[in-house]
Amino acid sequence: MPQDFDLDQFKSTYFEECHDLLAAAEEYLGILQNEMNDVDVETLHAIFRCVHSIKGGAGTFNYTDLVSFSHVFEALLDKLRDRKIKLTPELVKTLYSANDVLVTLVQMAQDDEVVDPAIWEQTAKDLEAFVQETPPVVEKKSTAFAGYNKTEQEEEEQGWGLFIDEKDDLAPEIDLAVTLQPKPIPEPEPEPQEDSAASAVEEAVETDQSEETEIRPSEVGIAHYRIQFIPDSHLLRFANEPLLLSRELATLGQCYAYPDISKLPSLDEIKADEAYLSWIFELVSDCKLADIEEVFEFVIDDCDLKIDKIQAGTKPESENKDIVADQSASSPLKLAAPTSLEVADEKTPTVKKEAPKSESASASSSHKVSSIRVDLDRVDKLVNMVGELVISQAMLMQQAENLPNNVGETMSQGFENLSAHTRHLQESVMAIRMQPVKSVFARMPRLVRELSARLKKKVDLITSGEMTEVDKTVIEQLMDPITHMIRNSLDHGVESVEERIAAGKPERAKIQLNAEHRSGRIQIEVIDDGYGIDRKRVLEKAIAKGIVDKDDNLRDDEIDDLIFVPGFSTAKEVSNISGRGVGMDVVRRNIINLGGRISVFSSPGKGTRFLLSLPLTLAVLDGMIVQCGEEKYIIPLTSIIENIYPQPEELKKLGSGATLISVRGEYIRLVNLHRLFNIKGAVTDPVEGLVVIVETERYGLVGILVDELLGQQQVVIKSLEENYDPIAGVSAATILGNGKVALILDTDGLAQMEHGNSRRNFNELSKQVLLTGEQTNDVE
Amino acid sequence: MMSNEKGLTPSFQEGTSLQEYSEQQKQFITFTIGEEEYAVDIMVVREIKAWSETTHLPNTPEFMRGVLNLRGLIVPIFDLRCRFGLGLTETTKMHVIIIVHLENRLVGILVDAVSDIIKVSEGEIQDVPKMDRNIDDEYLSGLVTVSERMVALLDVDQLFNPQAIETGIAMGEAASGEEK
Repeated sequence: MPQDFDLDQFKSTYFEECHDLLAAAEEYLGILQNEMNDVDVETLHAIFRCVHSIKGGAGTFNYTDLVSFSHVFEALLDKLRDRKIKLTPELVKTLYSANDVLVTLVQMAQDDEVVDPAIWEQTAKDLEAFVQETPPVVEKKSTAFAGYNKTEQEEEEQGWGLFIDEKDDLAPEIDLAVTLQPKPIPEPEPEPQEDSAASAVEEAVETDQSEETEIRPSEVGIAHYRIQFIPDSHLLRFANEPLLLSRELATLGQCYAYPDISKLPSLDEIKADEAYLSWIFELVSDCKLADIEEVFEFVIDDCDLKIDKIQAGTKPESENKDIVADQSASSPLKLAAPTSLEVADEKTPTVKKEAPKSESASASSSHKVSSIRVDLDRVDKLVNMVGELVISQAMLMQQAENLPNNVGETMSQGFENLSAHTRHLQESVMAIRMQPVKSVFARMPRLVRELSARLKKKVDLITSGEMTEVDKTVIEQLMDPITHMIRNSLDHGVESVEERIAAGKPERAKIQLNAEHRSGRIQIEVIDDGYGIDRKRVLEKAIAKGIVDKDDNLRDDEIDDLIFVPGFSTAKEVSNISGRGVGMDVVRRNIINLGGRISVFSSPGKGTRFLLSLPLTLAVLDGMIVQCGEEKYIIPLTSIIENIYPQPEELKKLGSGATLISVRGEYIRLVNLHRLFNIKGAVTDPVEGLVVIVETERYGLVGILVDELLGQQQVVIKSLEENYDPIAGVSAATILGNGKVALILDTDGLAQMEHGNSRRNFNELSKQVLLTGEQTNDVE
Repeated sequence: MMSNEKGLTPSFQEGTSLQEYSEQQKQFITFTIGEEEYAVDIMVVREIKAWSETTHLPNTPEFMRGVLNLRGLIVPIFDLRCRFGLGLTETTKMHVIIIVHLENRLVGILVDAVSDIIKVSEGEIQDVPKMDRNIDDEYLSGLVTVSERMVALLDVDQLFNPQAIETGIAMGEAASGEEK
């Protein structure tokens, strides 16, 4: 490995894995919490492995704080899985906070920040306090690992990453910088805590080259072989390669090679196809003589081979006399011995598994690789390119329509194939970015546990559909809304234990978090079995805050929807959990920004159900193409409620210049697109045009006046801001089949512009619009 | 760097001057708007393409001619004639868009025609004479004479700097208002 070896690449891989590991650890902690009384040792092992792997990498990159802290953390986990400490709720809490500290430290290491030890010292002390609670353990290691071996299989399956530690079964004290190196280490450091046998072997091998008597490994099966290998000069001509042989030998155990270069002629006499070198190998291994012979099986006739067993564990053999001590040997070259530790510990059964394990690990890597890490940028590039391809293909198709019939027909079959393939390609590329929502869901059990403890409520969280996949960008945006909704359900939805018992409900409340795919979108439900929305109080509050008028006769679902109105909160006391009045309206805004919708269904006394519906990706959207004057615009299909051709009697003009359309008794404000965008030649009379009723976040339903509908199409979203400034009323752009750019309308922005155009009277109006607008659930 | 090289060849006078000459020489692409000739630094030019219909962006200044699909990128196109207050360009297929790279943005400038690539050394560039209420010098970085024609060097960054545009428009309005 060259000295200026670029660590950065490994670092970034390490950090990626850290994030995965930390998330996994949190998930396991959640399991731990649920199984408080019946802890599965596998779970503890799993957490241990996560922390351990993080520590290992940290050691490699010299993040001392991270190493120190994870070491303490690990020590506690070790005791836990050893059953030396009993799991208590306090302990789980501490483990959680330790995991948090670990997250912080990893983040800081990644950002190259200087770590203030104060961040972790307190938690480390807490951890140590738990460790101290038990008497010192003598037989700690061996017992720990005896039970630990069971998980190796599983461990291998996880171990596809660069830094996943393959040797967890070794004592945590062993410096992982050694075991975790991605490549064999030239100079393994002797470990202070290491088993004495290992060091003995190690030292013996390193210091004594020919005096075999020094080496006395006490374990059965470990032997020291000396192999003299003198190739005949014609060996190379039969396509044999001593290097490969020596490599093969190195896989058997710890191997040293002493080349004999005495026969090497001067440079101008060398014949390329003759073998001049010979070797003496020293091998410390638990393999059989036959194994070594097998290595040389194909060259046995073309060389002078002598294999001597110098030392065998308990029963030294007698035939170990004929030692060829070649003093011309240069310093020992240690061949790629997997690690110096493998030969070591025969006392615990772990090592016996070691050799087969590394074999199976390498074997599995050849056929079991199920995933690779890819830079998101590369995927994005691919997504973009495919987007271009789709557009080019659409352009071709359009141009082909202009061809003479005889030519066009023969081509149409080809075009159809092309179109099918590009669509498949696009779908497959999109699928690369898809990830299960598990990463979001996995954080919720902890939230529920902590909150319910603080609120003194008893709540079970039931999740389903964690493996439902959605685009990575959507996942990132999901965390906040879902967290907020769960908090909301816990804080406002679920009753206290007394209230539940009084209401004849089970003491423990249930919150369900479900995800599923439905018609090309992802649907996420948060259901609680609490008391539902207190409509009376919501209404009182809304009236008190001037959001609705006393005389407004609101339907139940309209009242329910009031919770999404900005500045609305029904909690009697403002808690630090939710209820600052920036709750559900923020959730709704986030969701709508993602092109999604949120709705609430409540039945008094039985519970509340929030339903989130989101697009699977943010890279494409289904749009309605509309014509306005000479321009074409795209309206996101998700926001469209209906299209109407208004009748003259349905139109009402307000003094402010605003126009309202009456749709089945509701007044909906008209957005004059042509006026807002100064479009010439557009239809200005709503009666002659078409009104697209869209749902906006802040202005409820509005009707956008356009000339006509042109059709529906899936479009690739392109940023306008990349090269220009944001434009009011336009959210993004896309490229149509004819290669021209079309703008995607921002319905909220348009409503706001219309609002600005005639601000007078709007306050009253918007209130009205807001309320009538909240019926989207019905329409949906 | 340059001084080092000079130091190495102190006696080679001609070489030094040659070196200086080439070091300071810049290439510009010249183009015309009406009768006038302008130039931009060749290093900022990404490509040159023929005019094609753009998609108009609502509520943007008049000189903003809309956006174009440049192989998947959405690129805004500015009408330079209009930017200079000479009215909108009546576009034909003969008109040309020069795609330039400014800081981290790609923009296209609509001009009448591209005429030449010129090499200009630093010494040949003259300052733009300061004139009262003339906004032109805001985005002109200098003037050069090439075979007896005057070519104005454009500072493209300034040209589409939003701040400069605003003050430019304000000044332009003030100027034209006073003239009328």
